Parts: sequence; C-alpha cells; structure tokens
Amino acid sequence: MATADEIRELMRTEGAAIAENTQGFNTGRYDSVGDLEDYEDLKRAARGIKEDAIEELPELLDQLTETVEANGGTVYIADDAADANEYIRDVAHERAADRVVKSKSMTSEEIEVNEALEADGVDVVETDLGEWVLQIADEAPSHIVAPAPPPFNEQFDPDEPLETAAELTHFAREKLGEQIIDAEVGITGANFIAADTGTMALVTSEGNARKTVAATDTHVAVAGVEKVIPTVADLHPFIELIGRSGTGQDITSYVSLLTPPVDTPVVDFTDDETPLSEFDSDRDFHLVLIDNGRLEMRDDEQLRETLYCIRCSACSNSCANFQSVGGHAFGGETYSGGIATGWEAGIEGLDVAEEFNDLCTGCTRCVNACPVGIDIPWINTVVRDRINRDKEAPGEWLVDGLTPDEEDDGAPLQKRFFGNFETVAKLGSATAPVSNWLADTTLARQTMSRVLGIDPRRDLPAFERETLVDWAGDRDSQVTNPERRAVLYPDLYTNHVQVERGKAAVRVLESLGVDVVVPPAPSSGRAPLSQGMVATATDHAERVTEALEPHIADGRDVVVIEPSDHAMFTREYERLLDESSFTDIAANSYEVFEYVFGLLDNGASVDSLSTVTGAEIAYHSHCQQRTLGLEAHTVAVLEECGYDVVTSDVECCGMAGSFGYKSDYYELSMDVGDRLRTQLEDDGVQDRPVVASGTSCLEQIDALLERQPRHPIELLAT
Amino acid sequence: MESKRASFEGALEALGVTVSSTSESELEAAVTEAVTEPAVGVALDETVGDGTFSLVETPITVDPTPAALREATTGVTGAELGVGDYGSLVLSMTEQASELVSLFVERHVAILYEEDIQPDMDAAVAELDERFTETNGSAIIATGPSATADMGALVKGAHGPKEVHVIVVEGED
Repeated sequence: MATADEIRELMRTEGAAIAENTQGFNTGRYDSVGDLEDYEDLKRAARGIKEDAIEELPELLDQLTETVEANGGTVYIADDAADANEYIRDVAHERAADRVVKSKSMTSEEIEVNEALEADGVDVVETDLGEWVLQIADEAPSHIVAPAPPPFNEQFDPDEPLETAAELTHFAREKLGEQIIDAEVGITGANFIAADTGTMALVTSEGNARKTVAATDTHVAVAGVEKVIPTVADLHPFIELIGRSGTGQDITSYVSLLTPPVDTPVVDFTDDETPLSEFDSDRDFHLVLIDNGRLEMRDDEQLRETLYCIRCSACSNSCANFQSVGGHAFGGETYSGGIATGWEAGIEGLDVAEEFNDLCTGCTRCVNACPVGIDIPWINTVVRDRINRDKEAPGEWLVDGLTPDEEDDGAPLQKRFFGNFETVAKLGSATAPVSNWLADTTLARQTMSRVLGIDPRRDLPAFERETLVDWAGDRDSQVTNPERRAVLYPDLYTNHVQVERGKAAVRVLESLGVDVVVPPAPSSGRAPLSQGMVATATDHAERVTEALEPHIADGRDVVVIEPSDHAMFTREYERLLDESSFTDIAANSYEVFEYVFGLLDNGASVDSLSTVTGAEIAYHSHCQQRTLGLEAHTVAVLEECGYDVVTSDVECCGMAGSFGYKSDYYELSMDVGDRLRTQLEDDGVQDRPVVASGTSCLEQIDALLERQPRHPIELLAT
Repeated sequence: MESKRASFEGALEALGVTVSSTSESELEAAVTEAVTEPAVGVALDETVGDGTFSLVETPITVDPTPAALREATTGVTGAELGVGDYGSLVLSMTEQASELVSLFVERHVAILYEEDIQPDMDAAVAELDERFTETNGSAIIATGPSATADMGALVKGAHGPKEVHVIVVEGED
C-alpha cells in the first residue's frame, strides 16, 4: 500500500503531468461520446458481445484455433507467462532472430516477454514512441495510454539538440524506422480477435503496429484469451467506442483489421532492383493466447466482469484519485486504474491488488465511462472484502462493542471503525455535547490518529443531541389532505449530525402536500461497504428493507437526502439483496430533489416553497448522484425557485466518506479537493453561496473554502 | 449520395486531410497534381476496381523497388471504401504491397470512387465482414495522418504519413 510519504512524493514529481493528461483525456471523452447519438446503444451492444464471448469462451477458442490454422497460422494457448515466453523464445530462436520489434501491448508487459527474449540475446525494440522512451529510460510502464518526456539528447547526443515535439518525433521515427526494417520478428498485441475469420483488430495511432507486421516475416500476436469475439461484424461498436473512451479521439488513426498471415510482400528494404510485387509474401503467423489466471477469473462470479475490459483507460482518466497520483500509486504489476484491481487480483493475486485497492473510493464515476459497463467499484469492494478476510485479527479489546459487525476477524481496525460508524454516531448523539468536547481534545485526537489512522487535520463531525428521528417523533404531521405520503429515510449523518437539513426536508415536503414520517431505521450499509465489509453491509441492507418495507406496503414513497445512501438503495443493494427486495426498495426510492422535481412536475406549486429572483448560487453535485443521472433534478428545481445556478464538473470532491479522514490519504484527498476549490473560487463563482448534496462533499467544501456550504434543501424550506 | 459525400468530406477537412475530386478521364491529371515528387504508386487495377486507366502517364513510379520506396515522398494507392461520418479510408493489403506504399511515405494520396463512400462505420464494418468472410482479407481503417502525442504535444507524422490527400473519383453521369 502506498504510504502518505510515497503519495506525497508522487504528487510532487508527477502530479502536474498526470493531472494534465488524465483530465485532458477525460474532457475529450465527454466531448467525443457526446457526439455519438447512439452512445448508450453502442455501449449496450459492446457489453452484450463481451458477455456472450466470455460465456462461450471455450467454444470460441476452439473455433478460432481452427480458423487461424486453416488460414496458415499457428495458435498456442499458454497457461501462464513462463509458458508463453518459452513458446515465443522458440519462435525467435527458430527464425534465428537478432531483433524483435514490438508494438505496444499490455499483455506482453504482463508476461514480461522483453526480458525473456533479451536473456537469449535478442534485441527487443519497442516501436511505440512513448514505450520506446520508457525502454530507453529503463522504466517500467505505469500507464496504458500516456506520454512521457524523452531523454534523447542525453542518450544519443544528436548534432543539433532536439527541442520541439516535432523534432523529437522525427528523430524517433527515423531511428526506429531503421530498426524496424532490419528486424525479423514483429510482436503485436490484439485488441479484438474474431473467431469466425481469425481477423484481429489492432488500434493504434502512430502506424508502428502496421510497420511491425509489414516489415517482418514472422508475426507473433500476443493477447489474453478474453480478446476473442464471435465475428468481424461484432467489431463495430468497439471501433466506435475505444478511441472515444480512452483518449477522447473519435477514432485512432489506424484500426488494422488483419487476417494473418497478411499478403503484404516481405521485402528486402535495401534492394534497388526488384519491384515490390515480385517479392513473395511468405510470412509465419503465431497467435499466442494467454490464460495466466483468466480462465479462473471466468469461473469467479465476482471477477468475471473484469474480462470484458477492453483496456481503454476510461476508468483511470475519470477517477479523481487517479487524476492526482497516476498509475505508479494506483496500479499493480501491469495494469493501472480502477479495473486493475480485478486484473491484478486475478493474474497476480490479492497481495498485489492490496497495494492500491484502497485508492478506489467507490465514487462510481468510472461506471458510466466504461464502454462495456463494468461495475468497477463493485470489483474493488469484493477484492477489499477478500483482502480483509485474508488478514490476521486485530486486537479484540477494541473490536468488541464498537464493531458489532458480521465480519470475520480479519478486517483491519481502521476499516472496522469506519465500517461501524453507526455505533459511534449513536453513542455520539446520546452523550452530546460531551462526546464532541471529548473527541476534540488533543489526547483523543492523538489516540485516534495512532490507533485508527484518523488524520488530526480533519474536523470531526459534531453530533446533535436531538436526532432527526426524535424531533420528528415529537411532532404532528402538518398536512391534512396529503397529495402523497412519504417516509423520509433518516440517514446516519442527517439523523445525528446534519439534523437541520433533515428538518428542512420534512418542511419542504409538507409544503408540497406530502405527509411525512421519519421512523427509526438502520444505517444503509454504505459505511461498511466502502470498507469492503460486504457481509456487514448485507446485514444492514436486510435490516433497512425490514424497517422500510411496511411503509412501502402502506403506500409511502421512500425519500432519501444523502445521495450515497440513495445510491445504495437503487444500485448497490442489487448485489446484496434478493431480487424482489431490491426491486421493492429501488423502485420506490427517490433522492429528495428528484422527488421535489416530480412533485412540481405533477402540479405542486413552487410558490409553496421559498423562492428568490435571480439569486446567484454554486452547486456541487455528488459523485454517485451524478452517476445515477440525478444532478439535473436539483439544478432544475433550484432554477425553478429562481436561482441562477452554476455547477462544478469535477468527478469527485475527494472526501469520499471516510477516505479523506485517513492519515494515509488526507493529502491526496485535499489534492483532489483542490480542483473543486479552484472551480468554486473561479471568477463569477467566488462570491456565490455554495450548496452541495453529499455529506462528504459538504465536509470537504467546508475544509476547502471560507464559505460554509449547505444542503440545497435548506434553501427551499419556508 | 450527396449527403454521404458531404459528411465524408467534412470529416476529412476536420482531420486536416485535403480532398480533390475528378472524373475518371481526368484522373491522371488529378493524381499528378496531388503528388509531391519523388512519388511511387500501386498499379490501380489492383485496388480501384475496373482498371480502365493506369498511372503510366504520370510522374509516379508504379511498383517501385524497396529502395525507391524509401526515397519516395509520396505514395499513391487506391482506397476500398470511405466512411462517411468518420472521414476514414479503408485500405486493402494486397500482394502489390499497397500497405508498404501507403505507409512508408510522408504523403499518402488515396484514390477513392465516390460510390464506395459508406454512410457510417456500421455500414463499413458490415461490408468488411462480408468481404473478409469471402476472402480472408485484411484492411486498415485509416483516419487522418499518423499521429502521436508521446513527445509532449500532438505531432502529425509518427511512423506513418504526415499528410493524406484523397482524390474522389466521381461517376460519369
């Protein structure tokens, strides 16, 4: 696991470049997919093709083997990296190859084929310019798609120092061009391979993959077994999605559709007598398909989805933490970003995944960005759960009582503390304000820092003595002939800490003719889920459903203030509950502004609310709320109430529940938050009052700005 | 037809690809105008279809030696298809070495029949699916010049051509 010092150092040395690249690609992605009328249809089609392909993988591998062999090539399915490398070394040896040229391929990085060939004395040359720079600098790649500064002047001492990007590119092109035409073997990856014809798709921009194949007489394609799809026609959605999702290009310069061995003549580039067409096209083709843990992943219900990944890097670029630390912290042996947890857990093991898995906060911003709709946060949660269960038990003395959870004893103490925050909150309210005074003492903060890793620079939440449930229980409904009836879910923070926003929500709903009750209910399970405590979260989900079910049966809608809890009900509970329980709660739950929007849309009058005329306001929506498509409702309601609204567009505030409280991640959390701060201090925004929907966001903004933010529902209450 | 071509040419323009149009009878002149010498090319009947014309009367060396290819600035080949909404060209890979001629040069001049412009990527892939199933063929979907951002800024002309010019051959009507 990256320590606070390592993360700080990475942010200092690489942070600016990482931020510029990832945010540039991410913005490009939004623009580029925005141009696609049928974006969602294409994603669904791509997802469907991958689901079917992985389901039928054994049959497709058989079919592909037959096709490639009929085309005149050879297929080798390698059990693991060593097996694959032995085969490739044999191919190079039989060809008596002095030089192998390679186009970029993550799978070949995974098996470390360069090292294997170099040990045999073969000169291996990466031809992708970025990879070549890394090879020269002798650095392991940290990225799937991203540039690096080239040390050509130091390495090659050219006559004239190379300065501009154009000069550097031209130099690399010439240098590599000479090496490519002199090579015997060309190694490429394959983004997709169609089983029906044996056609492989290679997605590149520089043209080096084309040259690697065209200029050599032995073509070795290295790919994971999961790259097989049924037909050439199935390539269509991927061709449209992969460039847009990755770097924000509508399509990369070259999509090679090769049915090897290809017909291009194998020429001697020094020959000045023989016309090109008179050379023959005698070319060997070897397709090396790597298992290396993938077939076991296929059998693993939770990791299986990882195999749908097309390695576009959208999950990296859309990730707020990745935008700050990049792949050196947020990555394993080969893969980086959110989906890397699945790849590294499946290929290398839990120990490698553990090194970076905590950097996924579960914000879900990658979910909609993923062209094949992989639930990447869920994979991270499951792997975290497995890592927890792999651990030795922490000290029993603190676990008992404070952590009444469903976990085996493995989960680290810090995770169990945050996972069981409900217990802390109950105790906190029951003994407030004494609990708040005590918690704020130096001694208490030192102990929390030492034992639980809670960063002393964070303000702690102050618990209210009277909870929202207590307040509502002591008061009668203000509505006589209700239009609708609702149960307001008393989420943990609204009930114990941000009680005022809960009261405001009750008043707003009543103003719009809704009869509201606020019954006691367990916390949603968001806290334990984000610590990877799936069994505990499931227990919460079941108890929440039990508490709310009678109200739903009674015809009440469930209204939720905290977006991360609403996301639990409508998204994550699908993983935790049986289908009918999930459907019941998901179909009847509304984020509070979604609900207000619906009421206004169905005839309730905005005049019942507190309205203004053109007052300026800045709104920061919540990450999980945005993933569910619910940002627009808040903006629309605020506008209808007369506000002039500007919105932030950062992927996440950086707080992400407990994440920003943890000492190891405090500075990262503030670095992510800094992007939000910049937007909120922009010209024309800096004087606007700030409203935000999420508890974490409110805490983070409170730490970032002088202005104290509020939940937007508080603006509407009369 | 007009809208397919308009969207194709609009997309090419956005990619920085220049376009000219000509009739079959004026093709040799159009090609001559489009190349920067030294220029090499692939015999057109291999890639453009009905082979009613050749490049003999142009300054282009057809079917060059490898050494001549390496000296050349411009490579002239046919394109199998155009893709309307992307401005992509589908380049075939034949025994005539069209892949080498379109790739190992700084300027690629592609000759495309107007009727081969497909409306969108869906149609183009469907067409390729049909052809590949029949012929076990290969093709490159090439969109704009080769490019890289790996040296710190976007540069056109990485390993492949830095300029692309498309000559659209209009049907005689």
